[in-house]
Amino acid sequence: MSNVGIVIVSHSPDVAKGTADMVRQMVGPEVPLAWCGGNPDGGLGTDVGAILTAIDQAWSDAGVAVLVDLGGAETNSEMAVEMLPEARRGRVAICNAPIVEGAVIAATEASGGAALDEVRRTAEELSPQ
Amino acid sequence: MDVPADLLKATIRAVAERITAHAEELTALDQAIGDGDHGINLRRGFGAVLAELDATAAKPLPEALRAIGTTLVMKVGGASGPLYGTLFLTLGKELPAAPTRAEAARALAAAIAAVQARGKSEPGQKTMLDVLAPVQRALAGADGPLGAALRRAADQAAEATVPMQATRGRASFLGPRSIGHMDPGARSSALIVAAVTEVLESAA
Repeated sequence: MSNVGIVIVSHSPDVAKGTADMVRQMVGPEVPLAWCGGNPDGGLGTDVGAILTAIDQAWSDAGVAVLVDLGGAETNSEMAVEMLPEARRGRVAICNAPIVEGAVIAATEASGGAALDEVRRTAEELSPQ
Repeated sequence: MDVPADLLKATIRAVAERITAHAEELTALDQAIGDGDHGINLRRGFGAVLAELDATAAKPLPEALRAIGTTLVMKVGGASGPLYGTLFLTLGKELPAAPTRAEAARALAAAIAAVQARGKSEPGQKTMLDVLAPVQRALAGADGPLGAALRRAADQAAEATVPMQATRGRASFLGPRSIGHMDPGARSSALIVAAVTEVLESAA
């Protein structure tokens, strides 16, 4: 698939899955989509290994936009991006946007074939500057 | 001469056990101004480090530090995973197999810079950096016996985070209400400094 992929990373598996459900229903199947949530023991938190798997599942040659919730989700996502193969590293954008609205807007933009920069910019317009 | 495997093993074990023994205290500090998982997360991470102790201690110092860093990144599950992971990964990259004091100070400075970049933070924001930076200065500046001086620098620096207002990390959401509590990351860094210096001192 050539549309930008969307990855949702929340501290809570329920939030991540619920956000992904909203994206699927509101945007449809044209966008590669994956989610992860919870620490390596299944409690609230984030897991670098699970983030790497999600990026792989949602991989698109057009790149992947990552939506995160709080602190550790962002730091762990940045760590995961650095651990990607070099050829993929520059094609992942972590978006500074609210996770639910950002994921839906980013996926909407991606489903129209927008480039990664455009997808990210649209999602980040939701955040106060 | 390389760092002997039994000394490396004793040091790693001391750090992991110290963090584990203080997990509830760290979590309580984090409940006051963060999200209440610092002790739980570090206990998970250092528990995984302990589980790999024999294999890790058999490696040369730089590789052992990188193995610890990778384990923390993969197992901690909170922001402290990439932050402490980056600290150990960078130490492993910068330290020779048998570092002098000056080489250790230089490597710690590089590791602190990497943690700053990872956390988009700097000293003065009520974080682990507020302990690591003064410890690095004490390490770079001192000659003579070092252990007690580093522990004192670490403990005083952790104590000095109490009146600070957090401007980075979850505690920053609290604004002025973050004042009056010790930063949990500063405390865990001081615990690590204490464990490392005690083992090295008793081996000297």
